[in-house]
Amino acid sequence: MQVGLKRSTLVSEELERAQDGNILSRTTLSLFYATDFADQLENIILPALKAGFIVLADRYIYTLMARDMVRGMDETWLRNLYGIALEPDTVFYLAVEAEELVQRNLAKNATLDYWESGMDLGFSRDMFDSYVQYQTSMQAAFRQLQKSYGFTIVDGNRSVDAVTRELRKKIGAVLVAKSAVK
Amino acid sequence: MKTFAELNFPGRLIAVEGLDGSGKSTQIYLLKRWLEAEGVRVYFSEWNSSELVKSATSKGKKRELLTPTTFSLIHATDFADRYERHLLPLLRAGYIVLCDRYIFTAFGRDIVRGCPPAWVRGIYSFAALPDLTFFFKADLEVSLNRILEGRPKLKFFEAGMDLRLSSDPYESFRMFQGRILEQYLAMSRTVRGVRPRSPGWSSGWRQPDMPPCRWG
Repeated sequence: MQVGLKRSTLVSEELERAQDGNILSRTTLSLFYATDFADQLENIILPALKAGFIVLADRYIYTLMARDMVRGMDETWLRNLYGIALEPDTVFYLAVEAEELVQRNLAKNATLDYWESGMDLGFSRDMFDSYVQYQTSMQAAFRQLQKSYGFTIVDGNRSVDAVTRELRKKIGAVLVAKSAVK
Repeated sequence: MKTFAELNFPGRLIAVEGLDGSGKSTQIYLLKRWLEAEGVRVYFSEWNSSELVKSATSKGKKRELLTPTTFSLIHATDFADRYERHLLPLLRAGYIVLCDRYIFTAFGRDIVRGCPPAWVRGIYSFAALPDLTFFFKADLEVSLNRILEGRPKLKFFEAGMDLRLSSDPYESFRMFQGRILEQYLAMSRTVRGVRPRSPGWSSGWRQPDMPPCRWG
């Protein structure tokens, strides 16, 4: 089973439209994403887990929390908000330098996304500068969250094959623990 | 939590709370017209009316997609959008903002639906308290009769059908409203210096110069 951000039946269209219009203030943005997450949590993630599936989440509450922290939202408020979520059995944080991220993004899309560049924060009117500054702040927020949630940090600067080999090895350990429960 | 006055906003926020059929919407409409005639800059904001969020809420309700958690969060999103884009700037500019329902509506409904009280209150902790809150304390039967007169078709969530209290929408509505009233009454007991202004159904509870509610 796969889930990700902005994929809920409930609010994904409205959230997309609001982001296009660039009219979201920070608490609204935060709660909109939380609603999107909760819809998938209760309608997809929890039923799948109960049925014994492995759920792969492309981003989870930590990305949402980090984005909001960079936008000045209170960490205690966010912890309460996302208190609804189950803690994953494993969280992999793929650490990549901001300079490398910008290159990968441009190679893929030839442009930088407004929100992924944190343009709403007004770091810089230059999108490239803003992107690098925003991603650097995001990394600081993840480091802050890492202290309490203990993500497994994976060096994402390496090749696809090297990263996937490491992930498989680590996921193997989670699966062994799961079959031990049965 | 502080009121807008305590936060030194030049504007003031007045909220009305109470059950459907308690008369609050009628009164706040009359209040708005009166203030406008007095030449006061007034803005009126209604629960669940954000242009950004409304279509998602209405889809969620029509297709019965909402759980207590998403019901709570989608209304919080709606509130946050109105709060950040309308209420705050208007209050900064010195407006009198009239709200038909405020955070206490969420506290009542979401808690009746089973959301943890601390979780719901934590979510709304970004909002300042109204400078004045009128709680329309009408008898349950009076409120129910006003809504149920003519046997309107009750919507699924409006009737609290998601709580599975009864398979009859009218019975479910009665039980649901009764539970919400209990929540309102419990909240009103934690208010400092509040007493009914006059006996009878139409009495709002007024609280001069004090924040309307105090949360533990």
